Amino acid sequence: MNENPPMEAARYPDGSMLYPSHPIGPDGNEPVETVDLSAYTAELITWTTSTATPPGVREPNHIGIVEFDVDGEPVRAIGQLTSGDVEIGQTVEPVYVDELREPGAGIREPDSQAWDGYRFEPVD
Amino acid sequence: MTQFGQREAWIRELLADAGQACLDDAGVDGSELDHLYVSNMASGEFEGQTGIPNAVAHDLNALPAYTARIDQTSSSGGAGVYGAWQSVASGASELTLLIGGEKMTHRTTAEATDVIASLTHPAEYKHGLTLPSFAGLTARRYLHVHDAPRESLGKVAVKNHKNGVDNPHAQFQKEVDLETVMDSPIIADPLRLYDFCPITDGSAALLFCPESVAASYTDNYVTITGIGGATDTHVVHERMDPTTMAGVVESGEIAYEMAGVGPDDIDVAELHDMFTILEFLQSEGLGFFEKGEGWKAIEDGVTDRDGELPINTSGGLKSKGHPLGASGVAQIYELYHQLRGTAGPRQVDAETGLACNVGGFGNCVITTIMEAAQ
Repeated sequence: MNENPPMEAARYPDGSMLYPSHPIGPDGNEPVETVDLSAYTAELITWTTSTATPPGVREPNHIGIVEFDVDGEPVRAIGQLTSGDVEIGQTVEPVYVDELREPGAGIREPDSQAWDGYRFEPVD
Repeated sequence: MTQFGQREAWIRELLADAGQACLDDAGVDGSELDHLYVSNMASGEFEGQTGIPNAVAHDLNALPAYTARIDQTSSSGGAGVYGAWQSVASGASELTLLIGGEKMTHRTTAEATDVIASLTHPAEYKHGLTLPSFAGLTARRYLHVHDAPRESLGKVAVKNHKNGVDNPHAQFQKEVDLETVMDSPIIADPLRLYDFCPITDGSAALLFCPESVAASYTDNYVTITGIGGATDTHVVHERMDPTTMAGVVESGEIAYEMAGVGPDDIDVAELHDMFTILEFLQSEGLGFFEKGEGWKAIEDGVTDRDGELPINTSGGLKSKGHPLGASGVAQIYELYHQLRGTAGPRQVDAETGLACNVGGFGNCVITTIMEAAQ
């Protein structure tokens, strides 16, 4: 059983999905359900390796935009990659990390948001 | 407009200097102002100084003019232009001074980057997303989808540095060659140091009034004929095409319609080249070039100062510098001089100009179209 927090995307009445969820979706309505994306793999849309990172962020920081296919519905996410040795189009899977960035090291109030989440790891 | 670069002055002095210079140039006393706006993103975060419009109004003898600070992140300057234009167009003010400015260089690059990155969604911020990293992500996708050479981005930096040599207010008045750009350190792969604008202190100011008032001061003024603002999602990865900035497209359409012109009518443009890739995205989003072909324009010299459509004759943010709240104001300052024929060695043949000021990573956009007075 997966004990990690879900990577929760919202599904809206028109079928569209967003991650992170928003109170109002593209169709102007509230979400009708959530979907845990951590159970899915995704395609790497693009990526970068940032060498000039702000306080509390690992250096270098590999980052990617990925696209999940949830029963034919695309939903995108952004996040750290576990490796910079990747290619556009590669398959990745979410891997839970309890602290993506050191809370309080940057300008944002530590208690104002969560700091855990999912990195994306290339799948052979 | 004040010197852009590393300045000893703090935000209040930077703003007052640009404001006073503008008033002196127009022959207007501060006491004549109805409205005074200050475009600024983050003086509280950078310097611990808030309430700056009130302080600057005092410094400029503008009391009791109505004052307000306008923050729209990197497009605070453009938003200020929009606000100042609205104040006059609505009849609320007959004389509005807009001053844009930012004081940044006393912070380390990492600290300044973090202040700017504080505009990101929590789901982005916790991953360490910065504006430069968004640029790297977008540039890689653009080069991949459009089969564009990496060197084309480097040529934007070369062009804008060349233009900046002739701008006495520019932070960098120095040419760079393509080899230097392509050999510079990686910042957000595939983008390198010279693909990014610097961190800058500086300020710029503009005076807005109805044409009837302008004509009482001078025959050589310019008019805003079209202006549009638009907002896109601030969750950048939600955009299904990362290489299209919807805010650019939509603000451009509004401005074109208001001005009664189209992309082919634009003679000179100031685009928000905070990163080299943004010059391609805006030149395509504004309809100057087909989607995916902005890179060909730089290769063919179309956007050079002596090309068909000169882009960033001021040197752009890339060379002139990017004091956040000042940049959108400084874009209009450049067009003001280009359209009046007072741009000196940077002068091009232009009757209609366009400026595009981008906040966040395309999150908020202001497009302004201007013409010389007839």
